[in-house]
Amino acid sequence: MYNIDVKNLNFYYGDFHALKDISMSIGKNSVTAFIGPSGCGKSTFLRLFNRMNDLIPDIKMTGEVNIDGRNIYSKDILVDELRKEVGMVFQKPNPFPKSIFENVAYGLRVNGEKNKKVIEDRVVESLKGAALWEEVKDKLKKSAFELSGGQQQRLCIARALAIAPKIILMDEPASALDPLSTLKIEELIFQLKNDYTIVIVTHNMQQAARVSDKTAFFYLGELIEYDATEKIFTNPSIESTQNYITGRFG
Amino acid sequence: MAALHIDTELFKLKNSLQEMWLLVDKQITKAQIALLQYDKSIAREILSREKMVNALELKIDSECENFIARNNPVAIDLRLALAYLKINSNLERIGDFAEGIAEFVLRNMSEKLPDDFANRLRIEEMFNEVAEMFTLAKESLHDENSEKAEKIFGLDNLVDEINHASTKIISQEIQNNPQKAEEYLYLQAVIRKLERMGDRCNNIAEEIVFYLDAKVLKHNKEEKKKLE
Repeated sequence: MYNIDVKNLNFYYGDFHALKDISMSIGKNSVTAFIGPSGCGKSTFLRLFNRMNDLIPDIKMTGEVNIDGRNIYSKDILVDELRKEVGMVFQKPNPFPKSIFENVAYGLRVNGEKNKKVIEDRVVESLKGAALWEEVKDKLKKSAFELSGGQQQRLCIARALAIAPKIILMDEPASALDPLSTLKIEELIFQLKNDYTIVIVTHNMQQAARVSDKTAFFYLGELIEYDATEKIFTNPSIESTQNYITGRFG
Repeated sequence: MAALHIDTELFKLKNSLQEMWLLVDKQITKAQIALLQYDKSIAREILSREKMVNALELKIDSECENFIARNNPVAIDLRLALAYLKINSNLERIGDFAEGIAEFVLRNMSEKLPDDFANRLRIEEMFNEVAEMFTLAKESLHDENSEKAEKIFGLDNLVDEINHASTKIISQEIQNNPQKAEEYLYLQAVIRKLERMGDRCNNIAEEIVFYLDAKVLKHNKEEKKKLE
């Protein structure tokens, strides 16, 4: 089983204790949603899985983040290699100022792939995987900025898929999109879980309820409740989880 | 914190169901008087009020549907909407049973039941027990007290027992008064309706426990036995 396995994780921004003694395991080929109010630490936690927090000054971390049985914070881990395994999609679509084709090919080229045929095949495969191929197959040379917001976000997902990661992290991937584009992203997440392990941060409760297998509720840097999504949304064990998901928080 | 929009809608939903309780409660009480006093005017009153019960059932169904569609409720709010839908339909059925009793009074009864016969059948006791179950269910939902709802599970044993014993008493009575055979066969059906009212109160109690504690007691005899 491919696992993300976090043990006794503590994380500090300066003196601020942002994540408090968090332990959790995430199974292979599943979708896990992180929910919680702004500032609860869920995005910080997500970013630990591909070491996106490394460059922030004055941070401190204790505990372990194991991916596939290896602690990704041990000294022998190369961050570039790690990020090939763990892709990320951000809140706002952020395509490069390049053509649609080059956006997806970019990661492969950076990683040293020179064979044109391999690159072409992989771009097509990734665009199909991101459910975008039919909409862009006739305009691959056009700028990525010509696409709609929803299409740009799927392009970013295709870009993440191109380097064949095992895990895809998504930080509010549909928050800037209209309902139809959101639906497409959610459908995509549902399909992608056959091949990838997906962790998604979302403020949209119904989105968490629809797409995820397990849901984790964070509050003030603590993991309050982590369970099967249907349990969290029908009968949460902890009152603050219930208050949050029913919108009676604070 | 100011009341949320969802809380306002929940409040409306609770009020509508409360109205349904009161209406059906009245139907049970009136059915008892109509049957035991052989009061045809009260029986007619029940029939006319039954239309209100039906209309209210449709209104509450539609309010629940709207609540679910517009608020996407989860956790305890979702359980409330689901439980209300089922409680609503159980209440309407109890109303139907009261209507059935009124129909019996109007169409099949020829005179007041002899006191001695009614006593042996324990009809009044049966009505009182059903009324107690009904009131307990109403209070437990109003007070959001699942322990109160759980008390209902033991109470229908008495109703079942009276229903069971009635067959023998009625068959004897038919032998003694063969000219009353048809009327008393219908009377047996009335007693069965009372027993079904008890069952419906039981169902309502199960829904209340589901709403409040997220425990599913339906078809779970062992668990209910523990609560009796």
